[in-house]
Amino acid sequence: MTEEKSMVRPTPHPTEISRPFWEAARHHKLVIQQCSACDAYVFYPRLSCPYCAGSDLTWTQVSGRGTVYSFTIARRATHRLLSDRVPYIIAVIELAEGPRMTSTVVGHDPHLVTVDAAVTVAFEDHPDVTLPVFELVQRS
Amino acid sequence: MTASAAVVGIGELAPSRDTGAQTDLSLSAQVALAATADAGLELTDVDGLLTHPMESASRLVPSTLAEFLGIQVSYADSVDLGGATAVGMLWRAASAIASGMCSVCLCITAAPRDASALRPGALRGPTRRTVDRSPAREFEVPYGNVGATEGYAMIATRYEHEFGSTERQRAKLAVQQRRNASENPKAVFSNVPLSEQEVLQSPMIADPLRKLECVLPVGGAAAVVVVDANVAGRFAHPPAFVLGAGEAVSHKAISSAPSMTRTAVQRSADAAFAMSGVQRSEIGLASIYDCYTITALLTLEDAGFCGKGEAATFIDEHDLTWSGSFPLNTHGGQLSFGQADVAGGMSHVTEAVLQLQGRAVGRQVQGLQYAFVHGNGGIMSEQTSAILGVEV
Repeated sequence: MTEEKSMVRPTPHPTEISRPFWEAARHHKLVIQQCSACDAYVFYPRLSCPYCAGSDLTWTQVSGRGTVYSFTIARRATHRLLSDRVPYIIAVIELAEGPRMTSTVVGHDPHLVTVDAAVTVAFEDHPDVTLPVFELVQRS
Repeated sequence: MTASAAVVGIGELAPSRDTGAQTDLSLSAQVALAATADAGLELTDVDGLLTHPMESASRLVPSTLAEFLGIQVSYADSVDLGGATAVGMLWRAASAIASGMCSVCLCITAAPRDASALRPGALRGPTRRTVDRSPAREFEVPYGNVGATEGYAMIATRYEHEFGSTERQRAKLAVQQRRNASENPKAVFSNVPLSEQEVLQSPMIADPLRKLECVLPVGGAAAVVVVDANVAGRFAHPPAFVLGAGEAVSHKAISSAPSMTRTAVQRSADAAFAMSGVQRSEIGLASIYDCYTITALLTLEDAGFCGKGEAATFIDEHDLTWSGSFPLNTHGGQLSFGQADVAGGMSHVTEAVLQLQGRAVGRQVQGLQYAFVHGNGGIMSEQTSAILGVEV
């Protein structure tokens, strides 16, 4: 579900290490690193594996599926650029592949979000960067 | 276990919503003078200095502060563990003394709050001269995960998903700490009674945390003087011996935490208790970091005062006031005393010392022998624990 009106955010500044993540997001793909030594998926982007210290991390497209590990509903703006979005969800999403990432859940009344709810990735385009966000998986 | 060091002097300013033109340095100097005077020492007797990152100087804070105070030191450092800084200073001072690097170590925390300079939406951190390239700026801030409240709210949500509602018990904790604050003239809310109903009806900030479950940011400062245990009996007041300490850092962002409900408090507390040889049952005062109500609940569990998932029952079954069955944060906790940034963490230390010295007028815990003191930084990220006692 796309936003009807383009709302700004404090957009991220990619680093050399994280650049592939943001370039893939621009193409609406969710890619994260996988460690060749221990097979663990890694997020946020690192130089070496935070689990086994392995130095061979490969960028891999992941399913985009996950669950809500936890969330809250921000009732007051936590950043001046987000005032128009109040109330909004801040969530920690546990990807199906293992790692957790902070994100938001959009497209629904915030009160419909629950812990362990199934979500899938969506992409929010901004002029300079595309941000991964998540949506509740609709039951058929 | 024989203590190597003791706290022999404390200085603390009453937290204030507006410290006006005061700077980190001027606030630090006030409590440095107060703490050394409290110990019966001169500032020039100090040869060790612990401080923390400040706005007055982006780098080289220890030398900046030592120069401002006019002291020559043989041990100096800046401790950067957020709310865990103050408790973390105790074992660092003790270690420096035990290694012979200094004899009298001043541990100072200070934070100004100039009400006229505050701008809505202003973010602390890197100045305009520096670009924030931290993982937090890149992966947390875009979603609005900027401060602490939302992270602790997610912890509370996950906790309730796993163990059930804690709403009433969080409110009780806030109310009983407010009752403690009524006997502490320095506490910001010392004259403001509080009921559970008021807590439960206060505005929701970030589900499920309400306004009266969150600390009020204020300005202030607090300092302690640490010396070798062998000489600690020579000062103006009885010493509070540092019997054990522990520290654990598990993550920075809550999205990287191994678990939102089983925290590194367990590691730091276990280490402190093991080092001290003191049992949980011997603790007569818990002076534990309470930036939010949920922080204290998790700490009670992970420090081993009750089992995992049992904090609500523990709170139901205990009187947490200074004269009750489990004295908790007898100064009011930061929830009622106020959180002067890093100095908020020191309030748990100064209160424990006051109590152990028998100087907590109006709220003295009777027969106190051992206190558990805990500092927590970030979003349950950095944990520091200490066991303080009346005897070596």
